[in-house]
Amino acid sequence: MPILSPWYDFRDLGNAAARLADALRDIDAPEGVVYALVGLLGAVGVLLFVGLTTLVNIWVERRLIGRMQVRRGPNRLGPFGLLQPVADAIKLMQKEALTPRLADGLVFTLAPVVIFIPAILAFAVLPWGEKMVLADLNVGVLYLLALGSTNSLIVFMAGYASNNKYALLGAMRVIAMLISYEIPGVLSLLAVVAFTGTMSLSGIVDFQANYWSWLLFFQPLALVIFLLGSTVELNRSPADIAEAESEIIAGYHIEYSGMKWGLFYAVELVNSIAISAVIASLFLGGWWTFGLEEFVPGWLIFIGKIYACYFLLIWFRGTLPRFRVDQLMAFAWKFLLPMALVNILLVALEITVWEEFDLSAGAVLPVFAVVNFALAGALVAGWARVMAAQFERFPRRARLVPDIDVPLPAEGGGHAARAAV
Amino acid sequence: MPISTEPLVVNIGPQHPSTHGVFRMRVTLDGERITDAEMIIGYLHRSMEKLAEERTWTQNIPFTDRMDYLAAMTGNLSYCLAVEKLAGIEVPERAQYLRVIFAELQRIASHAMANGTFVNDCGAWQTPLFYMFREREKILDLFEMTCGARLTTNYMRIGGVAFDLPDEFMPGLRALLDELPDRIGEYEQLLMDNEILLMRGRDVGVLSPETAINASMSGPMLRGSGVAWDIRKADPYCVYDRMEFEIPVGHNGDCYDRFTVRMEEVRQSVRIIEQAVPQLPPGSHCADVPLNLRPPEGEVYSRIESPKGEIGFYLVSDGGPHPYRWHVRSPSLINLSALREMVVGQTVADAIVTLGSIDINVGEVDR
Amino acid sequence: MAAATKRLAGPEVAERIEAAVPGAAEEVVEGWVQVRPERLVEVARFLRDDRALDARYLASLCAVDRYDWFEVVYHLASLSHNHEFVLKARAAHDDPLLPSVASVWMGADLQEREAYDLMGIRFEGHPTLKRLFLWEGFPGHPLRKDFLAMPGGFSPGLQRFPKEEPGQWGGEFRAD
Repeated sequence: MPILSPWYDFRDLGNAAARLADALRDIDAPEGVVYALVGLLGAVGVLLFVGLTTLVNIWVERRLIGRMQVRRGPNRLGPFGLLQPVADAIKLMQKEALTPRLADGLVFTLAPVVIFIPAILAFAVLPWGEKMVLADLNVGVLYLLALGSTNSLIVFMAGYASNNKYALLGAMRVIAMLISYEIPGVLSLLAVVAFTGTMSLSGIVDFQANYWSWLLFFQPLALVIFLLGSTVELNRSPADIAEAESEIIAGYHIEYSGMKWGLFYAVELVNSIAISAVIASLFLGGWWTFGLEEFVPGWLIFIGKIYACYFLLIWFRGTLPRFRVDQLMAFAWKFLLPMALVNILLVALEITVWEEFDLSAGAVLPVFAVVNFALAGALVAGWARVMAAQFERFPRRARLVPDIDVPLPAEGGGHAARAAV
Repeated sequence: MPISTEPLVVNIGPQHPSTHGVFRMRVTLDGERITDAEMIIGYLHRSMEKLAEERTWTQNIPFTDRMDYLAAMTGNLSYCLAVEKLAGIEVPERAQYLRVIFAELQRIASHAMANGTFVNDCGAWQTPLFYMFREREKILDLFEMTCGARLTTNYMRIGGVAFDLPDEFMPGLRALLDELPDRIGEYEQLLMDNEILLMRGRDVGVLSPETAINASMSGPMLRGSGVAWDIRKADPYCVYDRMEFEIPVGHNGDCYDRFTVRMEEVRQSVRIIEQAVPQLPPGSHCADVPLNLRPPEGEVYSRIESPKGEIGFYLVSDGGPHPYRWHVRSPSLINLSALREMVVGQTVADAIVTLGSIDINVGEVDR
Repeated sequence: MAAATKRLAGPEVAERIEAAVPGAAEEVVEGWVQVRPERLVEVARFLRDDRALDARYLASLCAVDRYDWFEVVYHLASLSHNHEFVLKARAAHDDPLLPSVASVWMGADLQEREAYDLMGIRFEGHPTLKRLFLWEGFPGHPLRKDFLAMPGGFSPGLQRFPKEEPGQWGGEFRAD
């Protein structure tokens, strides 16, 4: 099937699918076959993207983290280390993938395979261009959230089947964490859905195209909450307690080796790209960029935005230390959830104002943008101050003493309390 | 049907990225809370104390390198000071200044490692560690320039130091001292005002001052709990009584306080070196000490302030070329006395962070 | 500039110990005070709680094998007064037994376990007197003078070394 033939307009990849459909209908194939084969072509394209992006991401992540750590990343294999992912893949494939004797063999082997399924399925609803969506579901957002919640189950499968206390600790932490962070994530996307009036991803991108702006300007708080929530859902720093290397050494995938581990590693990258793609289409306009898509193909801009979000995720990882489990829970329930609820309240108010008084978009949207930004800033700063008050009881620096000075204990008993410093 | 719960017994170590060596802690967990912690060491026991009884006093200096291998200079220094006290040897002034300079450089290197690995234990994926290693690399280059080795330096001798400074040393040291204050400011900005580090370190592994003194804590553990005690001030050795510096003291006795105390100590070390370098007198770098040194019968206990705490040597001589008893008061081992108190009642993550903040070196714990 | 740590002489310390716990001091030398084992914990508690001596800090606890007896050396320090002094206690060579001061100073806990592990001195009243460095079931106590480490293997508990003559090396520090 020629995909890059000279008469093919590469600005819309759906042209190839349309040509295929036409060719099939010319030979009088039944509609079911046409549908299946066109769908297959689209799926192959998506899988190609997923595979390539995994390889590219390994390189990007390692080089970038290296740069943030004042060192070069991999630079031995190929120019600039570009063949590093290939070497990694070959190495993992030829390794012995051990299964511990007492581990639950079926579940143990199944977990890394099954974890890939939601990751790849998420790419089906992403809008790559104006008419380039593999599956234009009108409940796209709901579909994505449902896929996200299967992750917790599969991670628990992996941890429990390993017959290892560290893995079990990791798995239990993950369940608590992922379930807690579902709620702020859902609520922030609820605000987006309420604002745009549609759950389909291509519909939301069309909304942004129609009103000539990105949803980022109207829903900054939702973006922040969703970004933080996704960082946790992805098991990435600062919330990678499931595989906290310095504490429970790799947590739920501690017993995995060889390509089974390689699949866990790859799925983390694929998930990151999927979430970045979701953020890019919901908040950053997807393929639409103020008219730039006339000159540059929309899907290239989309990939650019995906990598911009991915850069942000890598930046988090390189800079921040890790939360502790109970602090992470507190962050979700006491910080993100109230803010998400306030955000929804605000969106509901705005939509009502917009519809009730039948105002024009041009008049009302800039006001919304300003109000939302102001409120987001105030809420985050103020609430953070309230929540962090207990850690500021003591000064943040040591105090300097010119000479030794150890007072005797207070009178009345050997271990009487020492006077306050 | 009645539901019963069982406590989970988990081994942290001996192979673990965060136990700073082969150190094993067997914790009993109830969910994520630790109800009991037991420490099992001895994986690196090399019977140095027994071996030292068969070697001469000078031949034992390399042992002191390999005890706390991240702070070899101070280990050497403590031992040489003890032998000099026992045998009544006078050390020339140039050697004393050189000792101070190298001991403080070693303190900076060791604290860079300690703080870097502490933040690594908190989960920061080695980024601060790599930043702090830039300075440590320069210091290790200076060591290699002078005595040929980066880690196990074997630089101090009984009566002075082994080699005098090469010509390239002073420019290198000057360049390092010029850029260190800015770098420390950078680390403070990146790390000490970091909310997550504050959350991870505050009220974690709290040690009250009374417990600290009673458990023979020393070094940043003691100072982090608010006890203003530093052997360089209390019992000055070499030329520390001519140096002006201050002692950083913590407020609460938790991991974050020890972290800030170590950071501040690096600043004070830079200050000491800056004072020592212009005062460096000419002269010989080692006193004339015979090869077959035979200190008179007697015993001595002498200690210095190493980056980890109070490292002391208890030496007993019977008048011969070999020590009769060679005992190390190792700070890492004794700082672990209160581990159980600090760790019980916290979560596993906190236990790792606490262990990181005690800054043990298993070579010194086990000898 | 801080003054150096003052080393209290044996007689000075012994005087105060006699005043509080009479009959405890066995032998008083310039460098240290030797205490009777059975009064050791009482003396330790007194030293820790006394305002003038204030030995709240146990700097080091070390066991030495002196062929005919074992002795345990306690280096005590006061952080408030900045002085230090030495206490010693003797134990018999066969089946050495001493009371434990771990209840007085928590820092003695690990050091007493080390003395038990390497020298074989048992401390009565210690909460968990187990081996520290060597594994359970290790035969013998290596730091004893009669524990011979032979190349190619070890055979613990061989004949004791003939005691070396005091002064056989000349006894003074020769500067040549």
